[in-house]
Formats: sequence, C-alpha cells, structure tokens
Amino acid sequence: MARIIVVTSGKGGVGKTTTSAAIAMGLAKKGHKTAVIDFDVGLRNLDLILGCERRVVYDFINVINGEASLNQALIRDKNCNQLYILPASQTRDKDALSLEGVGKVLDELTKDFEYIVCDSPAGIEKGANLAMYYADDAFVVTNPEISSVRDSDRMLGILSSKSRRAERSEEPIKEYLLLTRYDADRVKSGEMLGLDDVQEILSLELLGIIPESKSVLSASNAGIPVILDEKSEAGQAYADVVDRYLGETRPHRFIDPKKGFLSRLFGGRK
Amino acid sequence: MLNTSPVLEFKSSTFFAPILILCSHDLVAIEEALQEKIRLAPEFFRDSPLIIDFRELNKLHLDLDFAQIVQLLRRVGFFPVGIRGGNELQNKQARELWIPIDTVRELGGTITIGETAKPETSQPAAPQPAVAAPREPQPAIVPPTTPAPATLITHPIRSGQRIYAIGDLIIMSQVSAGAEIMAEGNIHVYNTLRGRALAGVHGNTDARIFCFDLQAELISIAGDYKTSEDLNKQKYNHPVQIYLQNHALIIKEIA
Ligand SMILES: Nc1ncnc2c1ncn2[C@@H]1O[C@H](COP(=O)(O)OP(=O)(O)O)[C@@H](O)[C@H]1O
Ligand SMILES: [Mg+2]
Repeated sequence: MARIIVVTSGKGGVGKTTTSAAIAMGLAKKGHKTAVIDFDVGLRNLDLILGCERRVVYDFINVINGEASLNQALIRDKNCNQLYILPASQTRDKDALSLEGVGKVLDELTKDFEYIVCDSPAGIEKGANLAMYYADDAFVVTNPEISSVRDSDRMLGILSSKSRRAERSEEPIKEYLLLTRYDADRVKSGEMLGLDDVQEILSLELLGIIPESKSVLSASNAGIPVILDEKSEAGQAYADVVDRYLGETRPHRFIDPKKGFLSRLFGGRK
Repeated sequence: MLNTSPVLEFKSSTFFAPILILCSHDLVAIEEALQEKIRLAPEFFRDSPLIIDFRELNKLHLDLDFAQIVQLLRRVGFFPVGIRGGNELQNKQARELWIPIDTVRELGGTITIGETAKPETSQPAAPQPAVAAPREPQPAIVPPTTPAPATLITHPIRSGQRIYAIGDLIIMSQVSAGAEIMAEGNIHVYNTLRGRALAGVHGNTDARIFCFDLQAELISIAGDYKTSEDLNKQKYNHPVQIYLQNHALIIKEIA
C-alpha cells in the first residue's frame, strides 16, 4: 500500500512543483519506489524540473481515458531508477480530470509504489481538490507572507472537509508545514513573516524551512531536482525534509541570517 | 453478464435546516430583518433550506399568506422545505406548493402541534416586535430550559470553514480569520478566536462568547454585533467573555 502525499498551497508560485520534484527524488534516492504526478493540466512543468520533458509520450489524461496504459505513460527518471513521473497533459483542459479517473490511476499505482507524490495546481478549484482528495499526507507549502499563509489556512480547511478520509470519517489527512522561499535577512528586517508568525496562524507540524536560494533556479534550468545539488542550502533543506518525514530527527537549519553563527549556536530558537 | 445492482436504495439520515420562527406578519419588516441576518452570515444562509414556523404567529392571531412568505424567502435566497404550526389554510397552501407539513422532528422528541406555550426563555427568531418590552431583571445565570447537546470540536477551524451548533459550541483549537462559527447557545473557544463568532443566533440574548484570546473579525450575540474595528484592542491576547446588556455587547476580561 502506497502512501499518497499531496503537495498543496492554494497560492501559485510558492514552490509546490519544486518541492514535489525534490521530495519525490529524495524518497526514491532512499530506496522507496516513488511516483510523482503532475496535476497541473495545461501548465505542465514538473517534467521540465525533472528534465524529462522530451520523453513525454503519453500523459495522465491519456491514462484516465484509457488511451494508454499506466506503464506506457510513466517515465522512469534518468537519475534514479526508483522514481517515476506521470506528466500532465499540456493540450487538454482541466475538465478532463475526474474523481473516478484519478481514483482509478491512484489505485493502480498504489499496488506497485511506496509513495505517490501529487503536485497540485494552484487555486482552490477542481484541480487542486482532485490532487488532495485521495491523500494520506499533505505538505502545505507556504511562503513567509501573509497572503500565502491565508491561502494555506484556507487550503487546510478544504483538506479537512473535502477529502476521501473526511468523507469516510477516517483518520484525517496528516498535515505538515513546509515554509519555502524563506529569506532570513528579510525576515529579520521585518519585510517577511518569521516562522513564529506563520506558526501562530497555522499551528502545524513543521517539516522544514527551505531558504530562498539561487540554486533552485539553476537546478530547474538544468532539469535536475535541487535535492541532488547537495552543496546548496535548498538541497540540504529538502534532504532534511525527507528525513524528517521518514521519522528521523533533524534540527531545523537556515532559519537565521547567515552572519549570526554565534547567535545561532547560542540563541534560543525552538 | 446480468446486472443485479439495485436501482435505488433508501437511507435514513438527518440533515440540518434552520427553523424560521415568524413573530410578525409585516412582510416588509420580515424581509428587512432577513436581509440583516443574511448580511451578518452570508455564507451560512446562502441557498439554505428553511423550515417556516407559524406557531408564534398563530398564537398572536396574526394572519399571513403562506404563498407570499414562500415567495419572499425564495427571493432572498432561501429554499423553504417545510412548515410547522400552520393553520388549516396555511397547510393547504403548503400542500399546493409541495412543501411538507409538520414533518420536522427536533432532537429530544417529536414536536406536538398545539403543545402549551414554551416558557419565556424560548426566544423568537428574526423580526422582533417594534417596541421591545423592557426586560425583567434576571439572575445572572438562567438555566437553559431546552438543553440541546453541546458540540465539541478539537481541530482548528480554518479560513472558509463554517460551523453551526444547535446548542453550545465548544472549540478546543484555534478559529482562523475567515472562518465562521455560529451557535444557538454559547460559544467557548479555548484558543485564539480570529474569525467570526455568532452566539445566540436564534435570538437568545443570554448567550455568551468565551475565548482565550480575542482577535475576532466579528462577534455577535443575538444579532447585536461588533466588527474588529469596533473591538477594543486592549482586550486582545486576554481571556474574555462577551455578553449582552441592554443591547450592548460587553467584553470583559476573565480574571
Ligand atoms: N527555495 C526557493 N528559492 C528560490 N526560488 C524558488 C524557491 N522555490 C521555488 N522557487 C522559484 O519560484 C518559482 C515558482 O516555483 P514552483 O515550484 O513552480 O511553484 P508552484 O508549483 O507552487 O507554482 C520558480 O521560478 C522557482 O524556481
Ligand atoms: Mg506548480
């Protein structure tokens, strides 16, 4: 039985696709057979970030419509043979996704994979609802700014009421906070919300803080998930996230501005 | 292959519909009062089913045309799905409009039509008589006469979520900005209250709101409300209780 993870946020451009690619790769690298699905129909870019865009033949919607088998559509990652990508369609419209169709594909994947990562589109409409409906865990990707926090809060409300688990009165989806594009200097200067401010509103289990980092852009230009860039802070932060998700304890890093090494050692952050 | 799956299935279930107790037959006043309620809680009332209660009205011998009130309700966005306490004519009109009669059961037993009037504490809903009778001085604590079960919620209420409780509402977690919690009875929030909280929504002026940390967008008791602009920010970050005194909302720190 696979564990289904939805990477969601409500707001666009916060780092969902970056996160989906990174954690899917991270889980696969740890030896867990993982599939990552792009739910962003019409705007597919997960395959770009994973550098497999030229190998897309069939997509998610082809599988739903029975035009291709799952095995035909899944693309095996070039860097890790435990990772498979199910790309979105660029040519169809969002209505091509249906609850039954998505459920059927996930059911089939569940038999064969350990983790299924669903990269949600932005918004609180159909696409996002479908991406989270079958989820067991939710990574709520949030930027340290008030509009993003508000949208995440809204998303959490939908997660707790409009999922399969909610409808069946099962144990609710496990929700985790992922604070991304975190710029410690701008937090310190008060331009951005700090972790405490975000947590005061969301009160979620913190899975990790991903610093704003140029390496994210260069990684996505190269078509290699940033988690494989072990020298970059963003890559290390994503590696920590995967470890924490798998139950290991990792102290939170990259919370404080760079210079304050001593204050980081002795300062009393939770 | 022979398809043996059944064509249909009946399930017993309960669902929620507010009851509108009419106390005036002035259609203009009713519409105004309804619009006011809707303005306070638009999300809650949008496309809501509704049961129309004529008991108060008929007790006061006020005549009201059922078809007209149904028309009015539909116009402002409700879906009338039942009538109770109607007289012969009203029931006949309801039947003509395919609206079920006296089918409503309340928690705690079947309503018997023609039962003796409830004690004074039963508060009428929307339209109040133009001149409110001066209230008798009352002891601080009035025991509720019709105890409805309290609703306990242990998870956060997030932006966009709405909770409605028939009796008291007890929330052990936070209520986010953009969330709306409503109760016919009291509201207790043992955490931060950032959203909208409406207690005594059926007109119970004795209802109170208690919370650990008041940062609400709106608080209302029996229709009297304050928005965050009117709230005294000095009461923020303190446990408070909110109650109604002569139609004024009093916010008091709990020492
Ligand atoms: N930690 C980060 N540091 C710098 N840029 C980032 C970071 N995370 C995401 N980005 C950039 O933000 C943009 C949006 O990211 P993306 O993952 O596509 O967001 P979403 O899927 O939520 O729309 C991309 O240009 C991406 O490179
Ligand atoms: Mg995306």
